[in-house]
Amino acid sequence: MVQRTQGRLSQGGNAWGIKTVSSPMDVPKPTCFQELILTLQQYWAGQGCVVLQPYDMEMGAGTFHVATTLRALGPSPWRACYVQPSRRPKDGRYGENPNRLQHYYQFQVILKPSPNDILDRYFGSLRAIGIDPDLHDLRLVEDDWESPTLGAWGLGWEVWCDGMEVTQFTYFQQVGGIEVELVSGEITYGLERLAMYLFDKKSVYELPFNRPGSEVPLTYGDVFLRNEREQSAYNFERADTEILFRHFADAEKECQSLLGNADNRLALPAYDQCIKASHAFNMLDARGVISVTERQAYIARVRALAKACCEAWLEGRT
Amino acid sequence: MAKLLLELLSEEIPARMQVRAAQDLERLLGQGLAAAGLPFAGTRALAGPRRVTVIVDGLPRVRADVEEEKRGPRVGAPDNAVRGFLKGAGLDSLDQAEKRATDKGEFWFAVIRKKGGPTDAVLPQIVIDAIRALPWPKSMKWGSGTFAWVRPLHSILALFDGKPLPGQLELGGTMPPLRFGNRTRGHRFLSAGEIMVEAVAGYSRQLRTARVIVDQAERQAVIRAKVETLCAQNGVALLADDALIEEVTGLVEWPVPMMGTIDAAFMDLPPEVLTTPMRAHQRYFATVKPDGSLADRFVVVANMITKDGGTEVIAGNERVLRARLADARFFWDQDRKVRLEDRLPALKDIVFHAKLGTQHERVARIVALAGEIVAHEKSGFFKGVAAAHVEQAARLCKADLVSGMVGEFPELQGTMGRYYARHEGLPGPVADAIAEHYAPQGPNDRCPTAPVSVAVSLADKLDMLTGFWAIGEKPTGSRDPFGLRRAALGVIRVIVENGLRLPLGWAMKADASDLIPFFADRLKVQVREQGVRHDLVDAVFALGGEDDLVRLLARVQALQAFIGSEDGKNLLVAYNRAANIVRAEEKKEKALREKIAGAVDAALLQAPEEKAVAAALQAADAKAGPALAGEDFTAAMTALAELRAPLDVFFDRVTVNADDPALRLNRLKLLNRIRATIDRVADFSKIEG
Repeated sequence: MVQRTQGRLSQGGNAWGIKTVSSPMDVPKPTCFQELILTLQQYWAGQGCVVLQPYDMEMGAGTFHVATTLRALGPSPWRACYVQPSRRPKDGRYGENPNRLQHYYQFQVILKPSPNDILDRYFGSLRAIGIDPDLHDLRLVEDDWESPTLGAWGLGWEVWCDGMEVTQFTYFQQVGGIEVELVSGEITYGLERLAMYLFDKKSVYELPFNRPGSEVPLTYGDVFLRNEREQSAYNFERADTEILFRHFADAEKECQSLLGNADNRLALPAYDQCIKASHAFNMLDARGVISVTERQAYIARVRALAKACCEAWLEGRT
Repeated sequence: MAKLLLELLSEEIPARMQVRAAQDLERLLGQGLAAAGLPFAGTRALAGPRRVTVIVDGLPRVRADVEEEKRGPRVGAPDNAVRGFLKGAGLDSLDQAEKRATDKGEFWFAVIRKKGGPTDAVLPQIVIDAIRALPWPKSMKWGSGTFAWVRPLHSILALFDGKPLPGQLELGGTMPPLRFGNRTRGHRFLSAGEIMVEAVAGYSRQLRTARVIVDQAERQAVIRAKVETLCAQNGVALLADDALIEEVTGLVEWPVPMMGTIDAAFMDLPPEVLTTPMRAHQRYFATVKPDGSLADRFVVVANMITKDGGTEVIAGNERVLRARLADARFFWDQDRKVRLEDRLPALKDIVFHAKLGTQHERVARIVALAGEIVAHEKSGFFKGVAAAHVEQAARLCKADLVSGMVGEFPELQGTMGRYYARHEGLPGPVADAIAEHYAPQGPNDRCPTAPVSVAVSLADKLDMLTGFWAIGEKPTGSRDPFGLRRAALGVIRVIVENGLRLPLGWAMKADASDLIPFFADRLKVQVREQGVRHDLVDAVFALGGEDDLVRLLARVQALQAFIGSEDGKNLLVAYNRAANIVRAEEKKEKALREKIAGAVDAALLQAPEEKAVAAALQAADAKAGPALAGEDFTAAMTALAELRAPLDVFFDRVTVNADDPALRLNRLKLLNRIRATIDRVADFSKIEG
């Protein structure tokens, strides 16, 4: 059985002539958080992805990175993977909840257009990080994705490994309110959760960040626990809401002005402002100062910015 | 005769869409075959996580020539009628049509001859049309294509008469077309490579070898049997859950039930707190011990035979469940630290509906309404109930919405409120009412019977109904986003099943005047399902103005029982004889209705037969009146049925339309009185003989 399944993956002759890096023999199984990242990067680099670095701005999910949002539009093929630190101010638990963080890592893969064998490639990545499909129950469970702030939606699944959600898989259909020309397959691994599963840890803070046998072994808690405590206090208690409202308004204004000059729209700087507005909104939401009715209005304002940026991006394509 | 096999293999299809899709494909193929003049013996639809399959039996290998006739316009008809006819029939000129004499004159006829031929020449297009017409609830594009399917479509297996059917589906964009073939794939992980299908008969067997059970019914039966065996081996029983079995059937191609253990550390949690995350998040089946209490075993139906016999899979699932239950335990411990009373201010932050205010405001309305319901009920149902209990239950009924547990598991609303209320030591009826006030949620849900629960349940639903009515959010067609039909049905059930004498009129605001008819409609639907004749329901509803549902229903039921009896038949005959002639005369003379509305003039009663009828009417009315007031509808109708005998004699011997206009008018008055008197029970003109 083992040989058969491996055989299928490694003969994985695909239309692009790329050798699949999938056999557990090739790459040693990751033993810590950072090796998980390195393994995924190496695997997806082998699938022809450009390995990007995180976008240097606060954002709620890897989808906001220009390498996903903007690149998903237009007729150009694209393949990228990257880690994106994701901030969800509302999810902060002062470091007291073993499963919830206001700052965590997503590993994002985007393949455009989605290749026919994208699922086989994805299952190859699980094999690479040490999840052997012959030993586990892997399932694709319906999960449609929608981002009201990005005006984006797609269809796909949550991928379950023995009942545990290890990945979100989405075929993008619309971004910025614009129908995509080529469909991107987006694969998002929640790294902490995946690592807790791989390394059998009950708390995220116990995860080995580097190798447990390192000269200075460091856990996820060593690296991030204090950050969770302080950022939670900032998000929920200290953040100055007046300043945040101002940030939102400023970012919105700047975004609009960067797109306002029809002869010289700057899509990328404008999109940065859209990201800023979105994060300011998330902060205000965490501070509990946005009512239910206002909430919809703010989301609509961010969406309007995202949509305008996406239109400008398509316009300025050379 | 030949068979057609069509299998569409795709990436994982949402469980809830599979069976419907296979049936749609079956229907569309059938329609396409019929339209092409291809008869067939039968069809079968199979559905699963990655494939929908239809098998058509008994197709002819060669399609016969078909001749179709179309009648056109009359010979000599205007030009544009002729042109339309020619266009519709695909003819160039009238030379190609023929004149035929019919009993209505001479008409143009077109005879369209469709040449028959090999079936496989037309099948590919029928298949493609069916695929393209298949209506997925949500569909998507993939790659660079423009064709939309529920998830990427990978192969089309099309076999006719044992041979691959040639054909291809265009995917659009720069994607190569998907060619029909005789190949498919088995289980994603338990099978390798492609499978060549040579005959329809071998399809299921070949896929079974490749670890796929293609028939959903068989898969479901296998799941049931294996899960039950597994439970029996472990000394537990499955907690029946048909909806979950149905869903799981759509999640696995090769069901492998496995049994896991719930960590003992969580077994002291309330059973609902254990089973809700198991079911909603993990699709695990709960099990019970012989004494009916929750066992510490759960069943997960895997889609995989693993080389370690499931050890890792079970361990993984147990670990996931542990994390879920640790969350639940956290909420359970945290939530019990806060009294429900102290949660009330937080309801101010929850908007119930933009136009209907917050949950806090809604609770204030429910409190007031619950009190009024107790005050207005006339049967004594609420006798001896502590007003303080009703008030407290109404005030706290939504408090658990702001607890951590309900935030995480909304389906536990009410249930958690009861646990927290008990934990605080609140009175039993109050705790129960918090849980039960949402009931009944549907026709099969239990209806509350405890007085405090009944009061809060009614108040909750009536507030919803009057509120949404007031802001113009009424259900239309199939749209009922706030579940108002269900709420109205809930009100009906709570009132009727508890025999509450609670006229609803007082609860309706002025701007909700059409809410009573809405209730009437719901009631109609409900009693129809119980086999009550719809014409009898209409007959009682036509009386109008009735807002006491128990009385209304008693009247319908009495009518149904009575109308089947000998007396009932007599009453209906009497009514129809009287009413028919009055109606006929009213038709002739518009003004008659007013003229005969008044009392009968005793002085004008001449014939002994009409005197007898008048006397009988008086006697019947004297008995029926008090019976109606006392809601003894059967007695009222029995009294009225006695009118038949004198009325029969009357019609035999007396001419209603007498020559003397005064006599005629008086006799019509008499008959009209009879009609009106009987109509007080129900509108008998609506009853079908």
